[in-house]
Amino acid sequence: MPVEQICTIVSADRLNEFAYSFTLEAGKLVEQQGLRAGQFLHIQCGEGLLLRRPISVSLAQADDPEDLVRIVFEVRGEGTRWLAGRRAGEKLNVLGPLGNGFACGPKDRLLLVGGGIGVPPLLGQAALTWGHSTAVLGFRCAERAMLVEDFREKCRELHLCSDDGSLGFHGFVHQKLEQLLEKDADYTAVLSCGPKPMLRSVAETAERFGVPCQVSLEERMACGVGACLGCAVQMADGTMKHVCKDGPVFDAREVDWNV
Amino acid sequence: MSKTVDLSVELAGVRLKNPVLVASGTFGFGREYGEFYDLSELGGICAKGLTPARREGNPPPRIAETPMGILNSVGLQNPGVDAFIAHELPELRKHDLAVVANISGNTPEEYGEMCEKLSEAGVDLIEVNISCPNVKAGGLAYGTRPEMAAEVTQIAKHHASVPVMVKLSPNVTDVTEIARAVEGAGADAVSLINTLRGMRIDVNTHRPILKMNTGGLSGPAVLPVAVRMVWEVANAVKIPILGMGGVAKAEDAAQLMLAGATAVAVGTACFADPFTPIKVRDGLAALAETQGLERVSDLTGAVQPW
Repeated sequence: MPVEQICTIVSADRLNEFAYSFTLEAGKLVEQQGLRAGQFLHIQCGEGLLLRRPISVSLAQADDPEDLVRIVFEVRGEGTRWLAGRRAGEKLNVLGPLGNGFACGPKDRLLLVGGGIGVPPLLGQAALTWGHSTAVLGFRCAERAMLVEDFREKCRELHLCSDDGSLGFHGFVHQKLEQLLEKDADYTAVLSCGPKPMLRSVAETAERFGVPCQVSLEERMACGVGACLGCAVQMADGTMKHVCKDGPVFDAREVDWNV
Repeated sequence: MSKTVDLSVELAGVRLKNPVLVASGTFGFGREYGEFYDLSELGGICAKGLTPARREGNPPPRIAETPMGILNSVGLQNPGVDAFIAHELPELRKHDLAVVANISGNTPEEYGEMCEKLSEAGVDLIEVNISCPNVKAGGLAYGTRPEMAAEVTQIAKHHASVPVMVKLSPNVTDVTEIARAVEGAGADAVSLINTLRGMRIDVNTHRPILKMNTGGLSGPAVLPVAVRMVWEVANAVKIPILGMGGVAKAEDAAQLMLAGATAVAVGTACFADPFTPIKVRDGLAALAETQGLERVSDLTGAVQPW
């Protein structure tokens, strides 16, 4: 059940030119409300903006006196710019836990495929399956990379990709995914988050190798709880589902990739 | 909450324990916000707009934020009137609040058919939507022409055995003309305003944000328009008014009541703060008490224009 929670920022770090990482004291959102990585928090960003901003959870850990939650976000507009200006000690009004998160267990052998700001929500799955999973992380260029050491610590293998060749494999994450699956397709699932064209290519690749694939989607969102029906995504069966309530994580086969 | 001020009001014969409802399309069927608090806190709910059959609504993006507002082009996504009666109404009935069913049809007959079903199912009030800016047929077409608005109202009244409230569009030259037409056709109340048509364009891609290009504007930005239109309609008709449009705090609700609204609905503000309706209710009570009023209904129409 989601609740309204006032969270204190414990640490606020800048990861690169656009990305920020905050650790929040989040009441008992993890222990009592069951918050986990891959779900999101709907965060009030200042007084001047009407809508909250949905920010995905990278890590969620029960702790005392308050649970600790790590969020990573990029400055995309006015709201996230306000958020980026917050400092340790300041408080945030959040609604959460919201959304479903990935379906996976600690014994799973996962292929985590992230692109850009789609990388952070996968960190919690790397932590959950500590030492079992392989991560393929793609960035526009080396300067935009983030959380690389966090993934290296938690994953069995880490593969970096960049669009311009300035970091790791020069190419797209689905191409690296294909190389990996050609050698070994014995994975429980591919979990992916990133821009929609990337997700489509990742979903196609996973399908070709017969590996189940879950994707975390984005859409312009208002209420965040499923009341306004704003954040619709089209499903392959012609119905609409909603990122905030039915997602953000969907089975890749459910999604209509042709729209 | 104040114990000295009487918060109850009567809207078209329906007794509301407090004058704060939630607006159609912003609160689903109550399930989601019902996780944050007991829906019995509300005076009533105008449920998500219904159509005879299930509708998937418009393609995304459906939401664009604007200065102190949002544009939406949801397009009446809903499970259909039968699914509402079977699955949603029984859930809502577990709580102590007025249930207002909001309906949209493609033809006057569709409105009639839904009125019959919903009356039989026992909703408290039917809100006839003739003002949705996001669907091609029906909707706004009925809401901008007095004779068509009257025709739909007449048919709804003929088939309904519960009070009928007609939801008016602000996208007209003279809202009083439509209000008078639906009053003449037998409407028991009117609700206003629906959203104002608007548009937002991404200057980098030269594309509108909304896939439907245009949408309906709601949120604090529209409050002054709502206050003005409620005032105009209150001066033009005798039937009660459910006022809505940009209510985010008690003072906003009080403005709509002073302008002539019997009750108010909170909409978009819930997206920012789910607890808004409760805060508005308590704030209204406090405001009435400060002003020495015995009943919050004393605010209705009490504006003293220059």
